[in-house]
Amino acid sequence: MISFSEIERAILSVRDRPQEVINPAEYLLQMGEAILENWLIAHNQIPTQEKYEGFRLLGLHRQGAKLDPSFHACRETCRELIYQINLYHMKKDLQQITLASLVAMHLLLFIQGKMEVQELGEFCCNSKAVSA
Amino acid sequence: MSDSTLRDDLQTVAYYPGCALEGTGYAYNRSTKKIAKKLGLKLVEIENWNCCGAMEVKNIDPEVQNYLSVRNMAIAKHKMGMDVVMAPCNGCYHNLKKAEHDVTHKEETRKILKKMSDKTGQPEYKPGDVETIHALDWIKHAIGEENLASRVKNSLSGLKIANYYGCMYTRPRHIFPEKDQGEGSESTTKPHFMDDLLRAAGAEIVEFPLKTACCGGAHTLSDCDTSTRLVLNILQAAEACSADVIATECPTCHSGLEMHQIRAEETLGVKTQPVMLYFTQLLGLALGISPRQLGIHENISQSLGLLRQKGLA
Repeated sequence: MISFSEIERAILSVRDRPQEVINPAEYLLQMGEAILENWLIAHNQIPTQEKYEGFRLLGLHRQGAKLDPSFHACRETCRELIYQINLYHMKKDLQQITLASLVAMHLLLFIQGKMEVQELGEFCCNSKAVSA
Repeated sequence: MSDSTLRDDLQTVAYYPGCALEGTGYAYNRSTKKIAKKLGLKLVEIENWNCCGAMEVKNIDPEVQNYLSVRNMAIAKHKMGMDVVMAPCNGCYHNLKKAEHDVTHKEETRKILKKMSDKTGQPEYKPGDVETIHALDWIKHAIGEENLASRVKNSLSGLKIANYYGCMYTRPRHIFPEKDQGEGSESTTKPHFMDDLLRAAGAEIVEFPLKTACCGGAHTLSDCDTSTRLVLNILQAAEACSADVIATECPTCHSGLEMHQIRAEETLGVKTQPVMLYFTQLLGLALGISPRQLGIHENISQSLGLLRQKGLA
């Protein structure tokens, strides 16, 4: 398992120097998967290797959402990351990698925040009620 | 253009400003009323409205939260005879839509809310008594892009805008059954109503990947550092898209972006350039309303320099 601090360093290195990273799109996708793996392992789950719509990132998201319906809040972030990566593959423009890295960073901060403050209730405004 | 979706029944709507628009988001309130007047639309404020419970009350009792919303909706329907409630705040909009969903789909909720209404002496709310819409729906369907474009006096051309919708305008999807219904309807994954309206006012809309990202609003007090980092990331994404302005449509998101932009500079030493303006302020400028009348001086984010540079102030 890759720690959150290592993932953060990796994402920042892609954001700041995308031209120095070999296959930056795949690297960011792996970091996205690593973020969700952290969540699943913290909830005593073995992260799936299965893909959904062709992406393991979405498979991992589906696995997390089964445990916690409020996890759907990062669904769009996962899909946006894939969208930006697909745009990069189409255009080969490093600007898309910069944007993808910012989306990956959002996913990291959201999941990290969600795990840090569980005692205070769900991090997400859209989550189910704590008392429900 | 989707002006085929124009609706006559939105010329007069019940207005539910919510608490934030009487406090930190007063400029949003002011600019919403100003553009309504300019566009010939009528807002009738809900009599004796109450707080929707924001994000907190559900943690104590979700049905009390639902009651707080349906009380406002019942007053609009049964005491004022209105069919449409317009809520400019994402939190209020979300809570009213959530209450409508629960009243429609949960028998238990209906029973509990009836008991509460009887106890408080308020009229009972029935599913579908009113339709709740957001300020974006209202302008989009009451005026439309073509009509709006024809009324523009000061084009927003030259202004690069990243539209930030926040999370509660589209999530969770099941409480917004009118969205994702094809052409003319709003999208929950890639919302575009604000893009459509500001583009009609002449602005250049940048492709912004974090338009529905979380701003950390609910935990700005309990986990302020995470909120600052979430906002900083949103600001950096807007910068990476070359945006001059982040347009907002939620008072909580707006003040979060403003405050954490300053905090990011002070605590993390990272300065970011985009300024924040409510979409109603931007539309007001395009319609020829003065910055002061739109409350631009009341924003924390200092945008007047940029607006003067672009010939808009």
